Amino acid sequence: MATQTVNLANAKARRTTVAMKLLMALTGALFVFYVLMHMYGNLKVFAGQESFDSYAHHLRTIGEPILPYAGFLWLFRLLLIGSLVGHAYSAFYLWSRASGARSQRYAVRAAGAAAFRSKAMRWGGVALLAFLVFHLIQFTISKVNFNGDVTAASIGDSPYRLVVASFQLWWVVLIYLVALAALGLHLHHGVWSAAQTLGLTTSPEARTRAKTAAVFIAALVVVGFALPPLAILFGLVE
Amino acid sequence: MKITLEIWRQAGPGTAGKMVTYTQDDVSPDMSFLEMLDVLNEQLQERGEEPVAFDSDCREGICGMCGLVINGQAHGPQVTTTCQLHMRSFKDGDRITIEPWRADAFPVLKDLVVDRSAFDRIIQAGGFISVNTGAAPEAHAAPVQKAKADRAFDAATCIGCGACVAACPNAAAMLFLGAKVTHLGELPQGQPERDARVVKMLTQHDHEGFGGCTNVGACADACPKEIPLDVISQLNTDLRRSMARGN
Ligand code: SF4
Ligand code: FES
Repeated sequence: MATQTVNLANAKARRTTVAMKLLMALTGALFVFYVLMHMYGNLKVFAGQESFDSYAHHLRTIGEPILPYAGFLWLFRLLLIGSLVGHAYSAFYLWSRASGARSQRYAVRAAGAAAFRSKAMRWGGVALLAFLVFHLIQFTISKVNFNGDVTAASIGDSPYRLVVASFQLWWVVLIYLVALAALGLHLHHGVWSAAQTLGLTTSPEARTRAKTAAVFIAALVVVGFALPPLAILFGLVE
Repeated sequence: MKITLEIWRQAGPGTAGKMVTYTQDDVSPDMSFLEMLDVLNEQLQERGEEPVAFDSDCREGICGMCGLVINGQAHGPQVTTTCQLHMRSFKDGDRITIEPWRADAFPVLKDLVVDRSAFDRIIQAGGFISVNTGAAPEAHAAPVQKAKADRAFDAATCIGCGACVAACPNAAAMLFLGAKVTHLGELPQGQPERDARVVKMLTQHDHEGFGGCTNVGACADACPKEIPLDVISQLNTDLRRSMARGN
């Protein structure tokens, strides 16, 4: 319970928990856009090595000669890193507020979809963060090849060959499928939630539309990202 | 019907409480839930024990005073207030747990009674319109579109019971806030204070120690007046607009 009064004359919109949610929604929207672009890039695996590798190369030459090599890519990466910090910060802030808001728990809790969604968002979000670290080390920072059957020389500097070598291993594919499940659940609630926070759902029809869009985007992302690793694992792409 | 009750007993604010088991052998399905508790209290009094403290007033589902978490659900299994719940919603031999609203912003005063004055302070912070009192104004002086009037009216059915807070995994009061902001914001009389209202009410809400909303929707499922989630979207919209205007 509030013991001292708050000075409402100094109340600021940006210091409210709703402003925190706005930060979460806007950074989340950027991630949705990014994830869709990333998925599009991945699907180039099906167009063969040349197409995939030149796509990866062109990402680094966008904006040249005004920007240096990989300049645009780095600007975009900085934006993503900043957004990730903002997204995680608001998530942990709301999480800790929630635990502080009910220190005495219920003895009985009716198991509902709402309780599941809230747990899936939090722990799923933490799982995604852990996956992100692994994923960045594997394909961006150190470019690790776990596949003993493929030599470093044969991979060279081709992203395509690194990807193919990696997903020939069943356990790598498994890690990615688990991460995709977490991402799908996160998007399923997150897209709808962002729409709600941005105020796009002020009527029952708009609410239904936002829920449908969330299911569609979640399904699209899961299928779109699962196809390349599975195709590689089953030898359809070599 | 024979019913086993597990009820939260707590002697006073800040003291430790625990679940205590009682049995009721002769419950009629036509009894209301609170009548069933009244009968239990008579028995307790006859035995010289302290009766179970719980809140109620109108017992007609309109005042918002009653509120119990029954088997983990705020106001129990039906979409209505606790006072309008009847024992026919339960079966012979059922075990029913009864707990108070759980939120640090609603501290337990005794047994199942919580202090909901945090809601009063939120209303005081901005849930009003400033008009001169005196003769009632001419009803047609300020025209209101039918759709807006309906939405304002639906939002105004919120009785401030606090079930939304009790059900929310974050113990947030956003459905209550959204209902008030939508109710006043849809009407011409609510416009002059609209931008300031949302900021002040939210600031008071956060200050009271309620959690932040994560859009899971448990509140709307529990609300006895079926206030829809879109009032929270309205709340978010009003805050965003107010922020854009420098508040
Ligand atoms: S929004 Fe519904 S649950 Fe919340 S206080 Fe109002 S009537 Fe009760
Ligand atoms: S006692 Fe008034 S609403 Fe239940």
